[in-house]
Amino acid sequence: MRSAEDGFGGPQSITTDVCIIGAGPVGLFAVFECGLLKLKCHLVDVLPRPGGQLSEIYPKKPIFDIPGYPSILAQELVDNLMVQIAPFKPGFTLGERVEQLKKQPDGRFKIITQKGTEIQAGAVAIAAGLGCFEPRKPDIPDIQIFEGKGLEYMVSDPEKFRDGDVVIAGGGDSALDWAIQLSAVAHSLTLVHRSATFRAAAHSVETARQLESQGRMRIIVNAQLHKLLGNGHLEAVEIRHNDGRIETLQANVCLPLFGLSPKLGPIAHWGFDIQNNQIPVDTEKFQTSVPGIFAIGDINTYPGKLKLILCGFHEAALMAQAAFKYIKPQEHLSFKYTTVTGIQGL
Amino acid sequence: MTVVDRQGASRSLEVPLGISLNLMELLKAEGFPVEGLCGGMAMCATCHIEVLEGLEKLGAQTEAELNMLDTLPKVYPASRLACQIPLSPALEGVVVRLAETE
Ligand SMILES: Cc1cc2nc3c(=O)[nH]c(=O)nc-3n(C[C@H](O)[C@H](O)[C@H](O)COP(=O)(O)OP(=O)(O)OC[C@H]3O[C@@H](n4cnc5c(N)ncnc54)[C@H](O)[C@@H]3O)c2cc1C
Repeated sequence: MRSAEDGFGGPQSITTDVCIIGAGPVGLFAVFECGLLKLKCHLVDVLPRPGGQLSEIYPKKPIFDIPGYPSILAQELVDNLMVQIAPFKPGFTLGERVEQLKKQPDGRFKIITQKGTEIQAGAVAIAAGLGCFEPRKPDIPDIQIFEGKGLEYMVSDPEKFRDGDVVIAGGGDSALDWAIQLSAVAHSLTLVHRSATFRAAAHSVETARQLESQGRMRIIVNAQLHKLLGNGHLEAVEIRHNDGRIETLQANVCLPLFGLSPKLGPIAHWGFDIQNNQIPVDTEKFQTSVPGIFAIGDINTYPGKLKLILCGFHEAALMAQAAFKYIKPQEHLSFKYTTVTGIQGL
Repeated sequence: MTVVDRQGASRSLEVPLGISLNLMELLKAEGFPVEGLCGGMAMCATCHIEVLEGLEKLGAQTEAELNMLDTLPKVYPASRLACQIPLSPALEGVVVRLAETE
């Protein structure tokens, strides 16, 4: 059998010029600016898809202050950025949080994720925005004990739940969408929602109600998760109805899906200065207090800082120049317009 | 109005009138640890408060606010998002508590 020990499916090791932590709009555009200077980039994000706040918080909102676009939907901007950076063939490690960032004696950097992926890079651009998007967790005792042991906050692979007895808590779009999808593979599926009605998209609610009438899903409203039970692994979930009644549901999987919210996370321990959850940088290189580590976009601060996509794009351009000089101090860097050189992919 | 912070300490605030601000913006300006990261569109719930006194004075909730509150793991019968409460004389005597961050 293949296992992590013999290198299959286990932690990966990657080498790149610039490792970009955070695949929000600013991290994505940094790939373009680095690419123009022939620097190869690798992006890491804890979310399973690129886009940062734009994809996670407001994908369908129009943005009105992107130069050249009188109006563009947030998700459309992300999709366009992905097209724009494609020629530079960036690497992506998605769904993994960067835990450690270490400077090596030779001036290069080692980045390690919580799943053990290692990235060796000549320079690092932190484009971590407001921090890692983390799941909102329900307030139930001993919840950490069951994390990874039947309790999950995100669905990465629905197959993982095949034939499981699944309890989903939440009433938003993602709770309903996953309830619908997982009802096709699970042995049993129960959706628990605190209110009497669902405010999620009407067609999802309708589909869920149909599945309920076909006996493929049970929907319990006016109830909340109360307690998780099990010995080493989740075995049952206690729910509390709003009238006070406690009911026990047999379950080996519980998915509280209450959305995500950003938390600064591990960045606080990487050895550079942090002020009010932000990283102070200079405005020539956008460098942190550690040479070779840059910070761009919402995560940084300097006199006059505005948390705008536009400003992050500017920062990315200047950062790329500085990263080039850090990685290749001997090489001469000449400034060229894209109209002159076109886009030469990597 | 009075604000109870996450440590349980309460402080009374002067509500500035005549400028179009909302309660989230006032709480931020007064130095309370309220992020307000979506800028006041009821999209992030970082300004979640529980209204302890005077809920009825605060006006109706929008669809967007109700939708956001409905997705949170923990809410109270008198939960509101401060960004959806415009500053007005109605806030006189109102008491709110900053909800815990998850
Ligand atoms: C509702 C709303 C409306 C807005 N409207 C506008 C507007 O009209 N115009 C405008 O210019 N701006 C607007 N903004 C602000 C804009 O979205 C931000 O300035 C922009 O998203 C910043 O981009 P970023 O790439 O720096 O960070 P983000 O978009 O926050 O992306 C950072 C990424 O880094 C990841 N990350 C962080 N830490 C780690 C780690 N340790 N490991 C792995 N991944 C990590 C996060 O998961 C995230 O995906 C708005 C914001 C909101 C919330």
